[in-house]
Amino acid sequence: MKKTLSILVSASFICASGTAFSDTQIDQLKQELKILKQDYEKRIRALEKGLLTAQQAAKQNKQKLADVQEQAEEAELASDNTQTIAKNAFNPQISMILDGRYASYQNNPDNYQLPGYSLGNEAGLFSDGFSLGESELTLSSNIDQIFYGQITLAFADNNGSTEVGVEEAFAQTSSLFDGLTIKMGRFFSAMGYLNGQHAHAWDFADAPLVYRALFGDQYGGDGLQFSYVAPTDLFVQVGAELFSGSRFPSAGNHSGVGTWTTFAKIGDDFNSENSWQMGLSHWQASKVDKRESNSLNNAGTTLFSGDSKINALDLVYKWTPNSSNKSFKLQFEYFDRDEDGDIAIDDFLSADISTYHGHQKGWYAQGIYQLDKQWRTGLRYDHLSSHASGSNGLVLNNAGLESHGYKPARYSAMLEWLPSEFSRIRLQYNNDQSYKDSDNQLFLQYTFSMGTHGAHSY
Amino acid sequence: MKINQFFLLLLLLLNIHNAYASSKINIFACEPEWAALSKELGGSLVTTFSATNANQDPHHIQARPGLIAKIRQADLLVCSGSDLEIGWLPVLLRKSGNSKVQPGQKGYFMASKTVKLLDKPTVLDRSMGDIHAAGNPHIQLDPRRIRIVAKKLSQRLQQIDSEHALEYQHKLTSFDARWHKAIKQWQEQTRDIQDKSIVVHHNSWVYLQKWLKLNKVAELEPKPGVPPTSSHLSKLLKQMRQAPADIIIYSTYQDPKAATWLSSKTGITAVALPSTVSDNETLFHWMDRLIQLLKDHIK
Repeated sequence: MKKTLSILVSASFICASGTAFSDTQIDQLKQELKILKQDYEKRIRALEKGLLTAQQAAKQNKQKLADVQEQAEEAELASDNTQTIAKNAFNPQISMILDGRYASYQNNPDNYQLPGYSLGNEAGLFSDGFSLGESELTLSSNIDQIFYGQITLAFADNNGSTEVGVEEAFAQTSSLFDGLTIKMGRFFSAMGYLNGQHAHAWDFADAPLVYRALFGDQYGGDGLQFSYVAPTDLFVQVGAELFSGSRFPSAGNHSGVGTWTTFAKIGDDFNSENSWQMGLSHWQASKVDKRESNSLNNAGTTLFSGDSKINALDLVYKWTPNSSNKSFKLQFEYFDRDEDGDIAIDDFLSADISTYHGHQKGWYAQGIYQLDKQWRTGLRYDHLSSHASGSNGLVLNNAGLESHGYKPARYSAMLEWLPSEFSRIRLQYNNDQSYKDSDNQLFLQYTFSMGTHGAHSY
Repeated sequence: MKINQFFLLLLLLLNIHNAYASSKINIFACEPEWAALSKELGGSLVTTFSATNANQDPHHIQARPGLIAKIRQADLLVCSGSDLEIGWLPVLLRKSGNSKVQPGQKGYFMASKTVKLLDKPTVLDRSMGDIHAAGNPHIQLDPRRIRIVAKKLSQRLQQIDSEHALEYQHKLTSFDARWHKAIKQWQEQTRDIQDKSIVVHHNSWVYLQKWLKLNKVAELEPKPGVPPTSSHLSKLLKQMRQAPADIIIYSTYQDPKAATWLSSKTGITAVALPSTVSDNETLFHWMDRLIQLLKDHIK
């Protein structure tokens, strides 16, 4: 009530005094109003400007935040993997191969022989029935920035007692000189194709006949290997090996080099699905001293002293189609051995001696087809022939070196089931015509690999 | 004496070879994506060779003589690492005798060592299949990780070929800007397929899956590296009938049999996605193609 009264009073006062204002006073008021307006406009502009910068700052901050988030994400994705280095990274890589088989023969395996060839002591058939194959323990590691080392111990069962053998023990250079590799110690020779591979990597349970006949399944020794890979698009490798020469098919104590080899390999891709490799090798042992081998019907020990030379050719072709687990491998090896020297049964001082010139040759060819990731199958054919001459035909015959024109051969077929890369079950059938009485043989073999994932050579 | 002369001759020949060898940096990439990345980062300063193509499974490659010859001449090795190439790369390296690209050298570059890996197993046991101890190596399927690899790879190139360091840096800056822009586009394009459920053949898509926020509900392999079995597939069939996935994914190098079987039984689309670049394709083209295929086929 009071309020309205006072408004009314003041309004009437204004009305009453209205006429009392002079023009100068109005002008003054207008002036004041104008100043007031300008003042407010200024302030509003300042406010608007402030608002705009605030908005821009907010936008920038948002962008900065996004950038920071992205950087954080990136940092998160890039976090290094140092913590994943396993605790045993410095320890050697360990792998263990378990191998065993069941063998069944139509003929008595003890009667086995290869006419024209005198077999080394280790060569022959697996024992009948269940038997443990060679279990292998391999340790390998880079030794330092220059050397790589590997040792393979083989555990074999020999008539109830366990034998541990050093199958391979070598160091090799990895970065000494471009393309040059030097290997030292005990190792399998790079001669041929199959020889450098461990038996568990072979595609059949047993070695090709020619390997059994000439090397007692595989040739290795203590020595030195040099190999050089040329810097060309075509794969060209040349190499040489020097061995002490005490191991079959060489023998005796040699103060220097008893056996040496040279080899050359070339290979390339036809395209991404087809590739090949060819190898030539030469093996030589001069002054073989009393090499021991089995005689005919095990009537004593055959001894050989003299020179031995082997030339070999190997060919491999592989088809590995794209977008598929199928593959095909064709493999062929040929060996040709010339020997000159003397043969004795049991003792060179006895009467059972003869001069000897022998020419032995053999080859095998095999094809392996991988149907899918878990199944492989393959066929193999072996063929040997030989010719022996010397001063005493009877001694050569008793030594097992006389083939009487017989040419040993063998047909093999196998089927493998591979549940994973680390296990393999193999069934193999041989029609073995090593000697005149042909034999049917069946093997069921398992091979398991534990530990480090092995890399497979070509 | 004769042997000495032979070696002298050999050395002489080698020197001649080195003098006339091209001054370009020779890059041996284990997988096509790293060859493509090397091309982006090296341009005309490098020559690249890829040991595998998009139709080959990088887990299973023959250590062919042709590959030994290539690695013998390499200045830089660019591979995924983390055991992806364990079945063949160590043999190639040992047989080549090339000192420049041995592990620990400047010329040995493993992409997976530069980024964080997923699927690190907590227990290592082969009964779990062929698992990778260091983690899943298929990192190329996350472009954000490729971006990181690119930076590290460029640094390595600058180290090896320091004469041209500035040029490598420029190439990296250009690639990084273009790739970054592309990543944003791809993320924009795939916004509407987020959270879709996928069935994969092998667990090689985990990085793509995490990047695009896809939801993996099953694998056709019962265990990593073990081919699909009928019992496992019938279990999957039951699962898919109850809760159908949006798409079945397999790689162009994998056998399509299992994926197409499940697809025919359930009506879920099965699609072969390129897990790496094809011949003469850039990383950009490849990822565009991959995203497009995924978008076109996902329900």
